[in-house]
Amino acid sequence: MSTPRPFVVRELGLMPYADALGVQEDAVKARRAGEIPDTLFLVEHPHVITLGSSSHPEHVLVDADERARKGIELFDTGRGGDVTYHGPGQLVAYPVLDLKPDRKDLHAYLRDLEGVVIDVVASYGVPAERSEGQTGVWTPGGKIAAIGVRVSSGWITSHGLALNVRTDLSYFGTIVPCGIADRDVTSLERELGREVPMAEVRDVLVEAFCERFGAVRAG
Amino acid sequence: MARIEVPMPQMGESIAEGTVSKWLKQVGDAVERDEPILEISTDKVDAEIPSPQSGTLVEVAVAEGETVEVGTIVAYIDTEAGAAADSGGGEAKAEPAEKEAEEAPEAEKAPAAAEAETSEGPAGSAEERLRTRSTPVVRKIAEEHGVDIGSVTGTGHAGRVTKQDILDFIESPAKAEAPAKPAAQAPAAPAKPPQVPAPSAAPSDLWTKFYKEVQHPEFPVRDADDVQPMDKMRRLTAEHMVLAKRVAPHVHSFIEIDFTSIDKVRAANKPKWKQQGAKVSYTTFVAWAVSRVLREFPMVNGTVSGNNIIHRGNVNLGMAVDLNPGLIVPVVRDADHLSLVGIGNKIVDLAERARDKKLSPDEIQGGTFSITNPGVLGTLSGLPVIPKGTSAILGTGAIEKRVVVVEDPESGADSMAIRKRAIFTLGYDHRIVDGADAARFLSRLKETLQDFPEDA
Repeated sequence: MSTPRPFVVRELGLMPYADALGVQEDAVKARRAGEIPDTLFLVEHPHVITLGSSSHPEHVLVDADERARKGIELFDTGRGGDVTYHGPGQLVAYPVLDLKPDRKDLHAYLRDLEGVVIDVVASYGVPAERSEGQTGVWTPGGKIAAIGVRVSSGWITSHGLALNVRTDLSYFGTIVPCGIADRDVTSLERELGREVPMAEVRDVLVEAFCERFGAVRAG
Repeated sequence: MARIEVPMPQMGESIAEGTVSKWLKQVGDAVERDEPILEISTDKVDAEIPSPQSGTLVEVAVAEGETVEVGTIVAYIDTEAGAAADSGGGEAKAEPAEKEAEEAPEAEKAPAAAEAETSEGPAGSAEERLRTRSTPVVRKIAEEHGVDIGSVTGTGHAGRVTKQDILDFIESPAKAEAPAKPAAQAPAAPAKPPQVPAPSAAPSDLWTKFYKEVQHPEFPVRDADDVQPMDKMRRLTAEHMVLAKRVAPHVHSFIEIDFTSIDKVRAANKPKWKQQGAKVSYTTFVAWAVSRVLREFPMVNGTVSGNNIIHRGNVNLGMAVDLNPGLIVPVVRDADHLSLVGIGNKIVDLAERARDKKLSPDEIQGGTFSITNPGVLGTLSGLPVIPKGTSAILGTGAIEKRVVVVEDPESGADSMAIRKRAIFTLGYDHRIVDGADAARFLSRLKETLQDFPEDA
């Protein structure tokens, strides 16, 4: 039993992946020093393929020319995990949270992030679930959200979740998402067969985040 | 012991192993306490592992790309070869330092004077402490089955009781023979009573009574008097104060602090802080300085426990808040990790919620050192009582303008000047803190406050 934690939401709009990384690094430092409360960053990235330290190069299916033609950036994150695609229409949430003192369980944290996505998707009437042994969220049509997190010294989180709201799914054809070749990728719009305004999903996600994390929005 | 181990930490209930993804430091590199030394990755998670102590990385036991179980030693740090200001105690373990927060036993949950209750649990050796220290799931299972974790053989890291251990224990027929009381509760303190408090008044009960039972003598009521029962907060405070004074031999030392340097930092940062909405009071400066200095004085940030001394791995500052009536001591956890502004924000938040009675039990437990500010009401200083389970408390007196003699550093000429000054008192448990320790602590504190860093 603890009091609800205050957190603030920062909307970054459309921001290149590298810039958002810098914003997160600064926020992690400030969070650790106690200068800012728990913060949820919401952002969309221009087309980018990110590589992790355990990435298999063969999971990037397009060469430099093709990338240039399609306007896709390639970014080496240095973090764990495999190849990921981000792009417009995908709602990316980066919670920078202090997991001390009572939430210091990384699997529990991953499951909570999945829970947030499941709640968001369910509120649109789309059933979604976790997949045993894998991180992410799946609907009947395929994988709808990817999740990957980082915990910095002092149990401060960064990175987070990427939910396909109205993503142009053809871009996923340029990679083998997270090394999982045998399952499709989907989006909220494809599952619903109608347009879904991004701003609306943002609000729903913030609400779901409050619920899951027992947090109260303070700004 | 200069060489300490860095084990693969437990990053979650169901995380049994981790892969070393990157060494951020190489053998021979100096490392600061809490500085990340390696990165590990588990399924979809990357995590930085901080150094438990300052020192030098002397051995890397696991190569990049290797996957090892939780508890496996991944590196060794030599604390003597390294940075100066480290004295966290030889037996310090290498897990992320915050683990302590989890082990707060179920002390009184009432929101009063409870900042020291956490240390009331199983005392005993560090080994016992580790054994009893277990994950919430294990503790929950133990509670449901009425099992004392101390009597279960732990196979986890450092003898920690794992979920499997407790499940095996519950299944096993030997359970019935297990001791009913935690083994950890029987440290061999000569002055410590047997654990069974018999109701009889046998002579051997004297110590039990002395330590355990607080009875306030009764007095005749006169005609014009008004008699009110103590409310819960008052009752707990009264009990706590009696016990604290009974157990710890109190000694107090004083020092005078000049606030000129702090005022300079305040003036220089005022616009920035205003913009940030930060509230940085004098108390914030004191808390920041105390949290940094405490790392150098483990006995001041510890407690006597049976025949042992516990040096706390965290710096959790209890900040006395006057509720008028009543007093509560919320805790700024890991204050030594927070910046000046960070501590200021935390103090304001805790004090506001203390007055609104909205603190959660975990926010008033686990304090390792306390600060009380009698000076806010104008008193010169005080002789504060050391909260039970800690070894010291700082009292800060009123900050007043005084005429003082200052010496010109160049010419050596004396002159009178008007300076803001205050008298600080350190109340300390003379069982583990010697007078000279207290003097060294206070003069380090004075040094820090009178030459306050610009970038705190």
